[in-house]
Amino acid sequence: MNKTVNPKELKLDDDYGPLYAAQKKVYPQSVSGTFRRIKWALMAFCLGVYYFLPFVRWNRGLGAPSQAVLIDLPNSRFYFFFIELWPQEVYYFTGLLIVAAIALFLMNSIGGRIWCGYLCPQTVWTDLFYAVERLIEGDRRERMKKDKSADPMKLERVSEIVLKHSIWLLIAWWTGGAWVLYFNDAPTLVTELVTFQAPMIAYIWIGILTCTTYVLAGFMREQVCTYMCPWPRIQAALTDEWALNVTYRYDRGEKRTSVKKAAELRALGQPVGDCVDCYQCVAVCPTGIDIRNGPQLECIQCGLCIDACDTVMTKIGRPTRLIGYDNDINIERRQAGKAPIYRIVRARTIVYSALIAVVGGIMVYTLATRSLLDVNVLHDRNPIAVKLSDGSIRNAYTVRLLNKSGYDRVIAIDIDGPVNATVHVVGVDSVTPDRPMIVIPRDATSELRLLVTAPADNNPEKSIPVRFHVTDIGLGVAASATDNFVSP
Amino acid sequence: MTDHSEVDTVTGRSTTGHEWDGIKELNTPLPRWWVITFYLTIIWAIGYWIVYPAWPLISSNTTGWFGYSSRADVAVELASLEKIRGDKMVALGKAPLADIEKDPALLALARAKGKTVFGDNCAPCHGSGASGSKGYPNLNDDDWLWGGSLDQIMQTIQYGVRSGHSKTHEGQMLAFGKDGVLKADEIVTVANYVRSLAGLPTGQGFDKAKGEKLFADNCVSCHGEGGKGNQEMGAPNLTDKIWLYGSDEAALIETITNGRSGVMPAWEGRLDPATIKAMAVYVHSLGGGK
Repeated sequence: MNKTVNPKELKLDDDYGPLYAAQKKVYPQSVSGTFRRIKWALMAFCLGVYYFLPFVRWNRGLGAPSQAVLIDLPNSRFYFFFIELWPQEVYYFTGLLIVAAIALFLMNSIGGRIWCGYLCPQTVWTDLFYAVERLIEGDRRERMKKDKSADPMKLERVSEIVLKHSIWLLIAWWTGGAWVLYFNDAPTLVTELVTFQAPMIAYIWIGILTCTTYVLAGFMREQVCTYMCPWPRIQAALTDEWALNVTYRYDRGEKRTSVKKAAELRALGQPVGDCVDCYQCVAVCPTGIDIRNGPQLECIQCGLCIDACDTVMTKIGRPTRLIGYDNDINIERRQAGKAPIYRIVRARTIVYSALIAVVGGIMVYTLATRSLLDVNVLHDRNPIAVKLSDGSIRNAYTVRLLNKSGYDRVIAIDIDGPVNATVHVVGVDSVTPDRPMIVIPRDATSELRLLVTAPADNNPEKSIPVRFHVTDIGLGVAASATDNFVSP
Repeated sequence: MTDHSEVDTVTGRSTTGHEWDGIKELNTPLPRWWVITFYLTIIWAIGYWIVYPAWPLISSNTTGWFGYSSRADVAVELASLEKIRGDKMVALGKAPLADIEKDPALLALARAKGKTVFGDNCAPCHGSGASGSKGYPNLNDDDWLWGGSLDQIMQTIQYGVRSGHSKTHEGQMLAFGKDGVLKADEIVTVANYVRSLAGLPTGQGFDKAKGEKLFADNCVSCHGEGGKGNQEMGAPNLTDKIWLYGSDEAALIETITNGRSGVMPAWEGRLDPATIKAMAVYVHSLGGGK
């Protein structure tokens, strides 16, 4: 950049600003092939799960919701088929997020941006919106022509535009609608929604998600991936030389020339590439890039350029996969006349898989051994201890009992700690002396005020650990918690 | 104002006409959308002045077309809160006092309500945790001047202690020294005798027989035989470990010399019956209730 600039030749708006690149609209061409089929299948699967999962039923018995996947905010419960989580167990979500993150790392180290290209909601919905656009306005060339048309106000064109946006909005609305169904009983909420009886917040959320879907998938599209999403930046740190990425195999492609010329040169035994510069890979690219320029930040690695190139290669009778999942190591090996090697199993993928197995294993284990009875104890702070008329010491505790099962329990509370201590629960008559028995309702938290009294002479220490044992008398299930017994 | 603006030859853009040492300032006006938004906010503000209270007047303010008032909003919200709580508080008011602690929902309500009202009304004397201080009883322990059953606690809250209410608790510790009933050396003897009742060490040269006689003549009428106290008269038990005004000799001498008559206001009329009930359950549930 040592060029001296004559200010008189300087065109301000072109060379020195504005500081952003204006969007160049992308018109991806339709394509068919292996990866397109994979993408259609995954799109159908992802959207099918998203739209219909709320309607799947799961019998949890009387009084419990029968929706398989439900985030019950008013009652602070999360249901997932046979799993029911309480707010106290939110750490399971931490585990889930860790597994999800490492799974992304693993995908990346094996096959590049598999998530971005096939599974990301932004990709799936944008793909769907493109499909609608193509159906109504035609393929790449027609759409480009129509957009550039000097006379856009013909009735036919206007009706096309209106139809496209209507279908987009309908999809967006359904997307928002499906979202709220995860937070309430789906069939009930659908009835309420159509009869305008649903709570305002449901309509607000549908509105918000309708807007985001419509704008992100209809207008912002690849710009979300290029400018808004942090993931492409993070990926650069997660990839390595063995990861398979969508790659233009330049060892086979250069020099590029026409089909005819290439045949002539090949006949003469001169070096020539398979790439015929047809630009089909660029035409089908949903982010509008040229894969032949090498790996790029914008590339979401959807594999559609592979399909496009394969179609052309088949037509001109050259081997397919001029563009394919590959890496530079193999390109260099082929150039040197060696066979390519693929290392899916290597230190990085083993470590990621092991981490997933460990975190997943811990989660499965804790879920399988999850206790349906739990107790939390909170010592009174003010006053921390009370001296009674006979000189003995009394401490008060708030005991919170969590009965996560679907039936009421009868529990007994015993304590272990101060010598000769007695226990009393406010409002409860002890049937057995000093062993309060309490009925705690199903699927609920009960709060009790518990008093522990012990003679000062037997307990001279300032603070004595005290263990609270809670036992389900009928089933023998137990839980315990520890706190301290304090002298004034 | 003269317009000095001219077209800059290098960039082809107009200048502001300002020039310093040959350097001219290019005219870069604010974007049109910004200016329009700015004017719109001014128009919006005028509309706001018309429909909402805005301008201070001498003794009030403009009320605005909508007649909005945040105070009226608060009143409406408080009324709706009362309505929500109303049914529960009615249920609490109707429930027999003895049954409230047996019902987990009523107990939780009474304790929550009681705690709030206690903080607003009782904490200044009894402390926020109801643990009291010198002269103000600790309500967490099991030592009660006027009785620790639910009914007795509620009665004390309702009518107070020496509060002037017609049904208040009466009875006071006389000023034996100030009123000349006992001489100074007799007061020391009684103080030491009281300490001996509680099992506390007594001073040198303490004549127990004399103390016992003085106690029988002057104190037993209220504090009872052996100093066990009398809740009818609010006379504390002198044999236990809890002392409202202190148990050392000096404190006892002061008490006997000047007497004691702490006051607790009557809450009947200040708090509604259901709230007083909630308070009684709350105090009872602190742990000391009988």
